[in-house]
Amino acid sequence: MIREHTDAIKPPRALWVPFELGRPLGVPNDPAFQNRALRACLELLDAESGPVLKDYPEDVPAELGSVDFTGMSCPIDLPQPSSNGYGFAQDLLLEIQQVAPWYDLAVSQRGRTTVGISDLDMEQAGRFLAGYIEDEATPAPRGDLTTGRLLKFVCEDLKAYYSEAASAQPGMSASIAVEHWLFNETVLGKLLWQLRNTRTEHEDDETRYFARRSLIPDRQIQYKGATVYHS
Amino acid sequence: MARLKDIPAGEREMLMNLPLPSFDSTPFVKGGPLSERRVAILSTAALQTRSDRTFARGDASYRVIPGQTQPNDIIMSHASVNFDRSGFQQDYNVCFPLDRLRELAAEGVIGSVADYHYTVSGANPPERLEGTARQIAGLMKRDGVDAALLIPV
Repeated sequence: MIREHTDAIKPPRALWVPFELGRPLGVPNDPAFQNRALRACLELLDAESGPVLKDYPEDVPAELGSVDFTGMSCPIDLPQPSSNGYGFAQDLLLEIQQVAPWYDLAVSQRGRTTVGISDLDMEQAGRFLAGYIEDEATPAPRGDLTTGRLLKFVCEDLKAYYSEAASAQPGMSASIAVEHWLFNETVLGKLLWQLRNTRTEHEDDETRYFARRSLIPDRQIQYKGATVYHS
Repeated sequence: MARLKDIPAGEREMLMNLPLPSFDSTPFVKGGPLSERRVAILSTAALQTRSDRTFARGDASYRVIPGQTQPNDIIMSHASVNFDRSGFQQDYNVCFPLDRLRELAAEGVIGSVADYHYTVSGANPPERLEGTARQIAGLMKRDGVDAALLIPV
């Protein structure tokens, strides 16, 4: 996954690429760029001897480029989710509706969505997430999964729904732009932080691990100056 | 792969301290020309079809992505939140380049694209995936594959 590991493990043939994790072919929706990287990798099959570790010379366009985290800090403290007497659910459900036009456009343009591992629609997912944050005894809408597992899937689906919508908007092609918006400027983001902040010491192993390691990206946690857990 | 400096400090420290497997040898096998190779994808992105079982935490099993799978049927259930998913959401080829392979086959750059492709969750110590890797290698052989494209996320 990273050059130092490949250099130590010495697989027969490897192409190191400078792209961010999650985008091994570099640029989404750029077949020519992907084609060049893929051909460079496959052409290693013609090497006469090995192991081969080659560095790919082309980087992604600057607007999609790497992010320097040095000195980054969050300029404002996020407020707690508004409690206007109706609970968290109303704020979240309203936001889900507001995001819908961009999500629908994204699905229409791409002909696909990655939302769906929870098998819930976004309103059900939102109600469960908001309900769970306020009361862990909130009935789970699926009886075939543990609450912790369903919670993970619900959060991943909601994040995917927001992310697919945001990345269809102009000026949102960099992954960090989408991620920053989601975790710092949305009701969903506030609720995910609330979920994390109240469960990192949870007595249930699965819930504690989820809150610490499997909910909010480390770079957002670091950006906020919160504790990064390794387990 | 990625630049280490682009990875947040906490994640970077964890990655640099990962115990790495060591091997007694560095096997290297030459094959036929690229233009005659049959290529299959092995992704560590925990991709699955909608009807598949989701990957649980610590799940070292594999999922099959048949070559004719519709794009809207490919989803992801990886446990980690420390890699970008927005690229995959926009275009699955950025981590699962099935369309690109088909184009290369049509151009004659590679011989053909396998009928079946495979995914695992990379959130596992390598030794836990060894049995799965051996099974997948056997399945690829039966599909006539002589080039495996391993793609991490």
